[in-house]
This record gives sequence, structure tokens and C-alpha cells, in this order.
Amino acid sequence: MSNIEEFDVIIPSETSHGREVQEKIVASMEARGFSPRDVFGVRLALEEALVNAIKHGNKMDPEKTVHVWWQVDEEHVRVTIEDQGPGFDVSEVPDPTDEENLDKPGGRGIMLIRAFMSVVEYNETGNKLTLEKRSGADEDE
Amino acid sequence: MSAGHRRLDIEEAGDVTIAKFVDKKILDEGNIQVIGNQLFSLVEEEGRQKIVLDFSNVEYLSSAALGKLITMDKKVKAAKGKLRLCSVRPDIYEVFAITKLNKLFDMRENKEKALEGL
Repeated sequence: MSNIEEFDVIIPSETSHGREVQEKIVASMEARGFSPRDVFGVRLALEEALVNAIKHGNKMDPEKTVHVWWQVDEEHVRVTIEDQGPGFDVSEVPDPTDEENLDKPGGRGIMLIRAFMSVVEYNETGNKLTLEKRSGADEDE
Repeated sequence: MSAGHRRLDIEEAGDVTIAKFVDKKILDEGNIQVIGNQLFSLVEEEGRQKIVLDFSNVEYLSSAALGKLITMDKKVKAAKGKLRLCSVRPDIYEVFAITKLNKLFDMRENKEKALEGL
């Protein structure tokens, strides 16, 4: 039986709207039996990715929106988040774990996204991020 | 006290201040701002030097919350004080470990161990 949920929403550049999307995706994962560990990781990655799109991408501009679409089934969750900002070069983001950066308050979001998701892909411009988590992926490692 | 609801439960143990986070989720930016201000005032306004942050209620936190903790750590060090974190559940500990902040912070298993030798 295939039990796929698909959604496509456009939200204003406010973190409260990002969090509503996050709650919907998490509820959908829980309904499909994803482990609490998977849910924890995806929730954290979505929090970071949506805040990045809204704050750093769209700079909270009320004229700009964030497009989020996702697909959840029993095996994976796949989420694409696209903002209307100029994008960025992900390779130029400093490593927050370098000794010189360790006590800087920012710069950890992308690292956490990479750590908790199975697939993380930015488009060339850097304003569109695709995330995927396979159910139970961590247990195989 | 800073504006907003109290986001920390404060307990004294001798000369040590134990600040326990009230929230399960430390995500919302406004909330993180209030928590940050309440933390910073412990050092900057109340002059407390030995502080334990108790995470037993905390189930989620974001990198924005980590940023506030790092700033708190700097303020405590600048005041020649000591800061310890305790009762961080495994999921959250992993967030500290991935970002190597487990090396920056003095993290202890529980409140009793955090108070030892402080």
C-alpha cells in the first residue's frame, strides 16, 4: 500500500509560518511511523532551513515568499524549500567547528541540516534547498 | 527582570545559581531573545558567578539557541565566573557534539554532578 502525502505551499517570510509547515511535516512523519530520532533530526533540519530561507534568503521582506513542497511516505520524507533571495555560495560558509569559529554565536544551521538529513542539495544559485530523510537511515551507519 | 514571561526557574545551592529552562522547545526567535536576556542578566545585573544551566525540560533547540549559549559562556568567562550545563538529553547532546560545542561547554550528566567542585 502506498500512502503518500504531498503538499505544496507558499508562505510569507515569517518564521511562525515556517514553523506551521514544520509541524505539518512532523505530524505526517509521526503518522507514518518514523522513529522519534528521525523526527527529531528532520524537525531540527527544517527549523534551520526555513529560518535560513526566511531570514537570510528573503531578509524577512514581507513582499517575498517561501515556496515549500514536500512528499512523505513510509520510507522517506523529501522537502524542497525555495526562497526569493539572491542565494549564496554554500562552499563559502565557514566551518563553525574550526578552532577560530568555535565561540562564534552563528553559522551552525547548515552543518546541523547536513548532519541530520540523508540528502542535502542546493541549487546553483543557493536559494533552493532539497532535503531528504530515509526512514531509519541512521541505524544502518 | 526582563520583559516577557520568566523562561528560567532559578534555584540557589550555596553560592551556585541553577537556572532551569522552562520550555520544551527553544526555537522561536522572540522566545530565544527573552531567554538570552534572562540568562545575561544573571551575570550582568545580578553578578552571579557560578551558574548551572539545567536542560532537563528541553526536547528541542535550534542553532539560534546555541548562539545565545555561546554568548552567555563568553559573558560568564569575562566576569571570571563558571558555567556548566547539565541534564542534556542524548538527542540534544548530539547537536552539541556535531557542532563540537561539547568541547566549548563544561557539560555534566546531572545537576548533582554539575554542582560537584563548582
